[in-house]
Amino acid sequence: MTYSFYLTTGNRRLTNHWKELLFNRKPAAPEHRHRATDGHRPTLTTSGTRGPTMAELAAGSLPLGDPAFNYQDEELTERLKRLYPAVNEEETPLPRSWSPKDKYSYIGLSQNNLRVHYKGHGKNHKDAASVRATHPIPAACGIYYFEVKIVSKGRDGYMGIGLSAQGVNMNRLPGWDKHSYGYHGDDGHSFCSSGTGQPYGPTFTTGDVIGCCVNLINNTCFYTKNGISLGVAFTDLPPNLYPTVGLQTPGEIVDANFGQQPFVFDIDDYMSEWRAKIHGMIARFPIGERLGEWQAVLQNMVSSYLVHHGYCATATAFARATETLIQEDQTSIKNRQRIQKLVLAGRVGEAIEATQQLYPNLLEHNPNLLFMLKCRQFVEMVNGTDSEVRCLTIRSPKSQDSYPGSPSLSPRHGASNTHLQPGGESPTCSNGVTPPINYSESNSSDSTKPHSANSTQETSDSEMEIEAEHYTNGVVEGSSARIMNGTYKHEEILQPDDNSIGNGVTADEGCINGKQLCGGNQAATERMIQFGRELQGLNEQLCREYGKNATHKKMLQDAFSLLAYSDPWNCPVGQQLEPTQRETLCSALNSAILESQNLPKQPPLMLALGQATDPGPG
Amino acid sequence: MCTVQRIRAAYRRFVSFCPLCVPFALVQEVTATSRHYVDRLFDPDPQKVLQGVIDMKNAVIGNNKQKANLIVLGAVPRLLYLLQQSSSSLELRTECSVVLGSLAMGTENNIKSLVDCHIIPALLQGLLCPDLIFIEACLRCLRTVFISPVTPVQLLYTDPTVIPHLMSLLSRSQRTQEYITQIFSHCCKTPEHQTVLFNHGAIQNIAPLLISPSYKVRMQALKCFSVLAYENTQVSMTLVNVLVDGELLSQVFVRMMQRDQPIEMQLTAAKCLTYMCRAGAIKTDDSCIVLKTLPCLVRMCSKEHLLEERVEGAETLAYLMEPDVELQRIASTTDHLVAMLADYFKYPSSVSAITDIKRLDHDLKHAHELRQAAFKLYASLGSNDEDIRKKITETENMMDRIVSGLSESSIKVRLAAVRCLHSLSRSVQQLRTSFHDHAVWKPLMKLLQNAPDEVLVMASSTLCNLLLEFSPSKEPILESGVIELLCSLTQSDSPALRVNGIWALMNMAFQADQKVKVEIVRCLGTEQLFRLLSDPDTNVLMKTLGLLRNLLSTRPHIDQIMSSHGKQIMQAVTLILEAEHSIEVKEQTLCILANIGDGNTAKDLIMTNDDMLQKIKYYMGHSNVKLQLAATFCISNLIWNEEDGSQERQDKLREMGFVDILHKLTQAPDSSLSDRAKTAMQQYLA
Repeated sequence: MTYSFYLTTGNRRLTNHWKELLFNRKPAAPEHRHRATDGHRPTLTTSGTRGPTMAELAAGSLPLGDPAFNYQDEELTERLKRLYPAVNEEETPLPRSWSPKDKYSYIGLSQNNLRVHYKGHGKNHKDAASVRATHPIPAACGIYYFEVKIVSKGRDGYMGIGLSAQGVNMNRLPGWDKHSYGYHGDDGHSFCSSGTGQPYGPTFTTGDVIGCCVNLINNTCFYTKNGISLGVAFTDLPPNLYPTVGLQTPGEIVDANFGQQPFVFDIDDYMSEWRAKIHGMIARFPIGERLGEWQAVLQNMVSSYLVHHGYCATATAFARATETLIQEDQTSIKNRQRIQKLVLAGRVGEAIEATQQLYPNLLEHNPNLLFMLKCRQFVEMVNGTDSEVRCLTIRSPKSQDSYPGSPSLSPRHGASNTHLQPGGESPTCSNGVTPPINYSESNSSDSTKPHSANSTQETSDSEMEIEAEHYTNGVVEGSSARIMNGTYKHEEILQPDDNSIGNGVTADEGCINGKQLCGGNQAATERMIQFGRELQGLNEQLCREYGKNATHKKMLQDAFSLLAYSDPWNCPVGQQLEPTQRETLCSALNSAILESQNLPKQPPLMLALGQATDPGPG
Repeated sequence: MCTVQRIRAAYRRFVSFCPLCVPFALVQEVTATSRHYVDRLFDPDPQKVLQGVIDMKNAVIGNNKQKANLIVLGAVPRLLYLLQQSSSSLELRTECSVVLGSLAMGTENNIKSLVDCHIIPALLQGLLCPDLIFIEACLRCLRTVFISPVTPVQLLYTDPTVIPHLMSLLSRSQRTQEYITQIFSHCCKTPEHQTVLFNHGAIQNIAPLLISPSYKVRMQALKCFSVLAYENTQVSMTLVNVLVDGELLSQVFVRMMQRDQPIEMQLTAAKCLTYMCRAGAIKTDDSCIVLKTLPCLVRMCSKEHLLEERVEGAETLAYLMEPDVELQRIASTTDHLVAMLADYFKYPSSVSAITDIKRLDHDLKHAHELRQAAFKLYASLGSNDEDIRKKITETENMMDRIVSGLSESSIKVRLAAVRCLHSLSRSVQQLRTSFHDHAVWKPLMKLLQNAPDEVLVMASSTLCNLLLEFSPSKEPILESGVIELLCSLTQSDSPALRVNGIWALMNMAFQADQKVKVEIVRCLGTEQLFRLLSDPDTNVLMKTLGLLRNLLSTRPHIDQIMSSHGKQIMQAVTLILEAEHSIEVKEQTLCILANIGDGNTAKDLIMTNDDMLQKIKYYMGHSNVKLQLAATFCISNLIWNEEDGSQERQDKLREMGFVDILHKLTQAPDSSLSDRAKTAMQQYLA
């Protein structure tokens, strides 16, 4: 088999060896290449895609030499940013002009696709023609506004200004069809997905500036005429509407203002009112009688947080101190905690096993989660942390301890290998719990002599010591990084140690960090390759059952890409190997378990924190 | 001792007023404690007095009964005495004013008692003390007293040194600013008050407070400007040029109207700009009016605001656009205002009645206010534009609402409803359709029976329109005995009512039956008719002449009326033509004469009156074309060929030199005049 295969980011060529190992059954290269570039370059179709269209790019590139246009463009960008600060234009671009692709043939565009004129016969309503903006209104706008100036009313002034969804017939005026809404100049009526209008506002004609405001907070729309609000025209609007204008008789010309110029209507003032309104609503939100018992609410929040993350002892202590009850029983907490611990330790295989044993059917009902876990397991195999490869790599006495199902060995390990204790990774305890870390300061009585007291600690206080390491998980990204690093440092310290003991693998440039693929063990590597195939098989099976899944494909591809590098830890996709990457998966698994037990999948405390820190739209 | 007697009196009052026969001991106890507080004010040891006042302060806070007790027991004069004594320590004096302020926070009766004890001069005197804490305590108390509706505001202006002193205190602290501006805004009720405050530099002193860091100060300063500018050109004209921190005052007000500001502030700022606009200081097409003030006031009318705010918003908006048709047009399309106002009539809502007694009470209290505000705003909206009137009458149940509004118990609502009806009655189309369909004349007639003058003025003015000849309501109104009512209006002391009465009669007489005309003359009586012809109000005179002119149309009617009242009418005409009157009045009079000249027998009344003929001759040569035309018209009627005795008349008039004049007039530059003269000349040629 000979074909070239390029990776998404690294652009490193896979060696034939790996290629065959991974893809010997499915030469899917051409498809892959397309996938790989998808999303990184503009697509060719205009319909329903994110990202700028080709036509738009062309339009944008034409006047590049014109300094006035650049200036205007800059002003536009600045104004849009100010109006819609919550919109991420890389994800959901704002409408900036009319689309030359998404229009009826009787519509002509000019002036950077902002001016619309009618070029049909205009005999009757069958000659109506509309044009949509390049993009739908992003929901993150909160409140969206654009204006249209009537340059000429043409013969009869049958102009409609409004909104329509993707795909609505363009041989019509806005408002006549389902998911189409318009305000018409000839009679001043509003058309709400209907051929017959309702009396709405005044008529409009040459020289008038008509504005259309979409309030995405309450899904209504109102128009303005020459800076005066005409009141609500439509309610219960669907999402993803495009600014739309329609013309029907010769000579009709209108200019759009999507923010290129200051608006006639004071939209900032309107937005500020809504901002104040929502702030006020939050401030004055009525609290139910029972919810008003703040202390109970706060206690419940703390308790549920502790329980959620499995801080069993703390939760019990807290419950005792506050005289409250814990929602979940102790065993359940401990089970979850154990599984989480395994995931965080990188021992995903064991975690899967434990989950299947304790919560039968859970993963069967969550094939996506299972797939994610398996993918992670593969990554951990590369990392050399998963037990399946670990048992093969480490042949030292220590490695024997790592065999699952040997609880009796843990005390011995603690006693004989005290020098290894800092190793947060060494799986000693049969129940999958890591041995105490020497900084288990939470146990004040033991802090003075951590080594000698180890055995008692392990048996009696396993929860506490887990909490010590585990608290990283509960903290939101970013702020937690520091703490995490502190914790996982041990792993790095451990690694060279492991290598020195482990069997001598050819130490080439891959050993810079002292880490080697699958711990450098050949058998482990073979097991990993085999597992990779199984994983590929699982993916195909899932595709057959549930259809293609781009996320899965990407995940799998990223995982396999690790093999393309001699030093996976120092490659463009090496980030996957970092222990912090286990956290999302860990909390997803935890949430899934909780959900299966009819408990909230996210602790209320985190929800509140998220709401408090999120600036939110508008 | 007098205190003891008073206590006893109070005591007895307590017992006798106590409907549930509160145990004697309890009453005794309450009075005894209160008495104890008062007694301590008389302690010879100043330190004990101070402690007594402080204890009293703590005892009265939030306790209306205790406040009433202490007032009855005579604490106020003693407190005022202590407050005024320069020998008292500042601390004591301050505490005294705090207690007095607390007493003022109670019921209206408390305020009355305080004012009766001359608390105001005492506190104003206290403001002369240099100590800021004491001044602030006095001002706080004064504020509480002055914002009560029972306090006569005039008390602020009795001593001419008070206002300047208050102005000077404005710079002392945020508290003095808040209290003083609040006092001003409550005590500025008349143009005189506005002038006094203006002359003492209110604008310059208060303007900087609009950007104070304290919301309360900003708000009270803003309120001050709204009361100062109301219907005051001088203040308004000054305000537009005032700069606050380099910014024009109107711009400061616009900022205060921003939609995220508190509603109270938006509304008051909109009022300021409205008053400045109405006083002519800001043009009605200024963007701060069209794009800011008007939309702000329309917003205030929306359902989401408090009922009070909606009332104020609607009233202010009505006032803003009353004289300007363009603003009326803009408002009529803003935010569905016309439809929005329909909601004002839905209080108390049926839901509130069942679910929430408190809400029902609140709704009931504001229901009248809401209705009258809506009627006012409709009246203002529809006062000029036919399309808007159509829009209003097409609003759900609008005419029914007006009809029931006309017979509501609240005078304010009745007045507003009739104003609204009047505004709509200016539409020919509405008169012909909705007015007739809803028989609005019926409640209108009822309203006219015995209503206060202000309602009568509006109602009779509306009636004038309903009596126009094309109005289908004219007939039924006539049959309802309206003539007598209108005649009685012409005898009113109010010129407006006299005008409306005679105006309605004039409209009624236009192209009317002989029967109606006779009835009018009979009912009005010639005496009253001639009294009206010498009315000091030109409007009344004009309409009376108009009535005469309408009565004297078509030949049989002319002859009939002139045969019975010819002498008096000729006399009146002579008088008017001889007196100093405007051109319009004289023109109207000459037209009457021309009509008389059109009668068969009536002609003789002129022909036999040489004096009158001389007058006509004089007006034919008058410098004003209108008068020339009217006089020529008269002559032309007199010499008309086809009538009996035309030859003699022609001869007589030729003798008097009319032909020469007519000849001259055929050359007149004014074509209608020369045409008229030529037509007259042809009568001679034929």
